[in-house]
Amino acid sequence: MATSVPTLDYWAPLVCLIAFVILIAVTYLFRSRGRKQYKKGTAQTEIFLSGEEPPDTEERHIRAYNIYWGFFQGLKRYYDPTIKAHSGIINDYIIWLIALMSITAVILTIVSLT
Amino acid sequence: MDALVIHSPILIIAIPLLAAFLTPLISKASNRARDVLVIAALAFTEFLVIVLAKDIYLTGIHVYTLGASSPIVTIPEQYMVPVRIILEVDAMSIFAGIMSATVCLAGAIYSLSCVREETGKDRFYTLLLLLTVGQLGMEFTGDMFNLFVFLEILSISGAALAAFRTRFADAVEGGFKYMVISSVGALLVLFATGIFYAQYNLLNIAALAQAMQYTMLDKIALTLLVIAFLMKSGGVPLHWWVPDTYTPAPAGVSPMIYSATLACMYALYRICFTLYGVALNAATIGWIVIIAGVLSMFVGVTMALHQSDVKRLMAYHVISQGGYMLLGVGVGLAVLDNPEALATYGREAISGGLFHVINHAFFKGLLLLTGEALFYRLGTRDLNKMGGMARNMKFTCVFFLIGALAISGVPPLNGFASKLMIYEAAYQLNPILTIVAMIVSIITLASFTKVFQSAYTGPALSQYKDVKEVPMSMLIGMGILAGATIFFSLFPSLVVNTIIYPAADALIDQAAYINAVMGGV
Repeated sequence: MATSVPTLDYWAPLVCLIAFVILIAVTYLFRSRGRKQYKKGTAQTEIFLSGEEPPDTEERHIRAYNIYWGFFQGLKRYYDPTIKAHSGIINDYIIWLIALMSITAVILTIVSLT
Repeated sequence: MDALVIHSPILIIAIPLLAAFLTPLISKASNRARDVLVIAALAFTEFLVIVLAKDIYLTGIHVYTLGASSPIVTIPEQYMVPVRIILEVDAMSIFAGIMSATVCLAGAIYSLSCVREETGKDRFYTLLLLLTVGQLGMEFTGDMFNLFVFLEILSISGAALAAFRTRFADAVEGGFKYMVISSVGALLVLFATGIFYAQYNLLNIAALAQAMQYTMLDKIALTLLVIAFLMKSGGVPLHWWVPDTYTPAPAGVSPMIYSATLACMYALYRICFTLYGVALNAATIGWIVIIAGVLSMFVGVTMALHQSDVKRLMAYHVISQGGYMLLGVGVGLAVLDNPEALATYGREAISGGLFHVINHAFFKGLLLLTGEALFYRLGTRDLNKMGGMARNMKFTCVFFLIGALAISGVPPLNGFASKLMIYEAAYQLNPILTIVAMIVSIITLASFTKVFQSAYTGPALSQYKDVKEVPMSMLIGMGILAGATIFFSLFPSLVVNTIIYPAADALIDQAAYINAVMGGV
């Protein structure tokens, strides 16, 4: 038995917004209480990497191809055929169209006969 | 003012059409005058859409008969059926009209700076206005043949705009693919229209809906129409053209091609609910739409996650988010012939799907513009080559964050509100649908986190140290869509009660659409 779904009347985004503003204000408060007497341009403001020399700027940035690498490896069996299906050839697109049109017509015919 | 309201359905189509033909002439005199003409025409069209919308919500459906003694006379004396060209604008049509007019205006303003250095701007703006005409015509027309005509206008102008930057090989290829796909789709629509005319001697949608027998030929026509508009809507497994066409399209045009895609989705809904309506085997077609929606959501988002081209990634999200719209409206369609289920969750599902349509038009339009802003300044769409842009392009970064959080369904943004409606309603039909939809939303957030991390955060890269924020008109274009996104986020109940529920009710109420043209006949 289906139950009536509620409408959006109970959803109050303004409350969320007010909570967000309060959170920002509290964060700013914490930040403003930080130490201001540090010396710019000294070791105090440089990157500390367990005493090692930090890599160059270009090397420090994590590039897009590194992100979710493990996810793609884990789903290799899904991704390989899916990417292959996106061949970029217009003839393939039309074949898909004809195939889906045929399947839909057959389904509609069978349903109307039953 | 009354005359303006009465004639507004045709003016909304005629004004951008007239401006399209004037644009090449004015361009000969002054580029600035041409820009003013284009923006003024689209701004006035937007104004007329709002005026007409207000009147429709107060007084109901507007019909406009071309060539009649009075625009509201739909059936001539001594005739039993409508024979003239009729525009029929109900709450659903005007809902789609608001979306198209707003996105096209924002796209045109954005384009002012973005195509300033390009040649052939007179043709660009002519095509841009024609694309607007095609969308609004499809949304307002009351007959099948004009649906085909406006679909052709939309397709030809869309293909030419996608291929506008002919110096890029992928732009020409994208435009060519869009043209082939659109031509095949339009031929299917024309063939279906021919089937209707051969059977019923009618072209008017309301008259056809009244006469519909749901014969074998009607089923063939339904198949042709559903497949044609599903393909034009970018539904899986007919979505292949979407990333190829969206990726190289010029800035400002991508959101407009996207709103053209949504106009085709509107046509799909109109065909299923209004033309066939109660005659339809609703459960079968509903589940076909639901399956296409679920596949679109999943395939679209997983492919998006894998991309490193920022615009191609966003193009795959067009497919994925289109899946939510198909799912929502598909659930409503599946229970169309079950009044109890329709009342308890079907109407809410349709409303959720429609709310996501307009939400997505705004935040996806915004995201496509931010993607193009990166390309405009960096000269590359490759995320692997980007980094640290939040330092140089602060406003673009903020606009991107608004769009990314909204599309990922993060509260309190509008994407959350529309997805919540879809989740709750789809759960009543089958909980698995909601589970898939939620997983897709999480992967969407992961995908945009990747873009944010790669393009905007990280250390300042030396090759981009001189990069500046995009010009003001591009910021204004993004600002319009960001403003609409924030407004819809803060007042979702107002939007749903004012434009979404009336649109969903108009879609369900086939009799009202028929009676507006056929009267007591």
